[in-house]
Amino acid sequence: MRSFVPVLTVLLVLLGLWWAAVAPMNLRTALDVAERAGETVEPEGSVARREAGTLRLMLDNSQHVATGYSLDRPRLPTPAQVGAELWKTTGSMIQRGRAFSKRSLIYHSWITLQSTLWGFFLGTSLGIIGAVAIVYSRVAEMSLLPWAIISQTIPIVALAPMIIVLSNQVGIEGRGVPKAIISAYLCYFPVLVSMVKGLRSPQTAELDLLKTYNASGWQSFAKLRLPASVPYLFVALKVGIAAALVGAIVGELPTGAISGLGARILIGDQFGTPLAIWSALFAAAILAGVLVTLLDILQRLVLGRMGLRA
Amino acid sequence: MIWLGGAIVFWIVAWWLNTRLANGRFADHRAVRIAIPVIFGFTLLVLWEGLVRGFNVSPVILPAPSVVAQTIATSLPTLWVDFNQTVIKGALRGFVIGGLAAFICAIAIDRSSFLTRGLLPIGNFVAALPIVGTAPILVNWFGFDWHSKAAVVVVMVFFPILVNTVQGLRETNTMQRDLMRTYAAGYVQTLLKLRLPAALPFIFNGLKIATTLALIGAIVAEYFGSPTRGMGFRISTGVGSLSIDMVWAQIAVAALAGSGFYGLVTLLEKWVTFWHPSQRR
Repeated sequence: MRSFVPVLTVLLVLLGLWWAAVAPMNLRTALDVAERAGETVEPEGSVARREAGTLRLMLDNSQHVATGYSLDRPRLPTPAQVGAELWKTTGSMIQRGRAFSKRSLIYHSWITLQSTLWGFFLGTSLGIIGAVAIVYSRVAEMSLLPWAIISQTIPIVALAPMIIVLSNQVGIEGRGVPKAIISAYLCYFPVLVSMVKGLRSPQTAELDLLKTYNASGWQSFAKLRLPASVPYLFVALKVGIAAALVGAIVGELPTGAISGLGARILIGDQFGTPLAIWSALFAAAILAGVLVTLLDILQRLVLGRMGLRA
Repeated sequence: MIWLGGAIVFWIVAWWLNTRLANGRFADHRAVRIAIPVIFGFTLLVLWEGLVRGFNVSPVILPAPSVVAQTIATSLPTLWVDFNQTVIKGALRGFVIGGLAAFICAIAIDRSSFLTRGLLPIGNFVAALPIVGTAPILVNWFGFDWHSKAAVVVVMVFFPILVNTVQGLRETNTMQRDLMRTYAAGYVQTLLKLRLPAALPFIFNGLKIATTLALIGAIVAEYFGSPTRGMGFRISTGVGSLSIDMVWAQIAVAALAGSGFYGLVTLLEKWVTFWHPSQRR
């Protein structure tokens, strides 16, 4: 709560900077529009204006700067335009009862969310299984761990089109599975690393105590190592879900998908509608925020019940 | 059938060898530590080769590693041009610009605790966002050549480095800062001699995260428009024209570039932060 005021201030300053940047960014387009509407613009012709500096143009044509704040296809939309577009494609769609129409960002978010969650599930499971294998087997540790690190230095986007081609050839319809694979690829690593750390966090004295209780290997795993790793797991889950969302969007970007937030960005680029790109970007940001917050709440609940302080 | 059987036999032999090595007397030896992952990786390649040849998988779907290696050997000039365009011009320049900008911002922010408290949560949040999505916007703003790729990379690497640097600068405790005060050290001296060295492990952590992001950013940006060279360009056209071996060759180069870049930063870290407990032997 202590940082609420500073965060709000910084957010407002960022918003102000964005709003101020709209004028120079959109100036040339605005002047073109004004000139086509028959108004006097100094100097005439967009070619002549290309030579002139932005500041000079702004001073000479101060009456047209406002036009830049209400363009249909701005280079940089204003915060208000993005907000209006977001509302148009979400809230007002709900009001009209068409929350899941193909023009609604809720529909596209849902598509992306599905792949994200599948990828998250897959990646988390892989990470946990890998961590258990690494903690209990020396061979696994020595052969898997270096490759896990190397796998994260490989730019997944290079692989993404191949994963989609391959899964198409194997006979998997649709894009859900390849997107989930890409998500899982990005999200297993933080889970793996944290779980290895967490499973190894019990001290020798604690492990010895269980030995004096004559606990079996399975019992010491279930009653000591696993509970000890839960705090580590949640930290990794929050990183992992954000990574999974990035993966799902990256899986949609380079491959000509038609539904999903990444596809909205792609289509917005192809049709030259910047507002669609910006609103999809913000929808993705909101989705990431919601997912991380949900996990944060879950973390507090679980750790609270386990008697650990979150 | 021979290929398939051979691959499986090789797999079993390699597995047995690795188990012996890992549980053997020389398990902590440096050579064994390197040999085990190498054997594991090589086994994967052999299995891939065996499966592709054994099941007669069409090269249009999945080429064998040997075919990819041939493609790499025969098209080295193309690969170099693409590497130069994407990694050296796009990713590396963006990485340097973004890293420096984030570093300077971090030091500026650090002077005010109000800004630190305001920006850290926002920076942490933004670092988790899918910033790759800004690629089409930035390509639209900065044109098709490497400038737009560098711009995407700048935006992607900025926040992880910023957040890590700011966190690192807060690492010193009151005791240490007080000691500097008793030495009559000014702000700059305290920064240079105490706080920056203490922040280095964090800064390198951010830099390491950023290496991967830089390559991702540079490649994704090329999917949205590029001159007729570059790794992202070659991959997207390669998928379209079914020259899959070329795509895998580019993936191999990207993997090498990514690991190499990461390795370089790690080496630099070892060299600069030799005093840190995690680097000491």
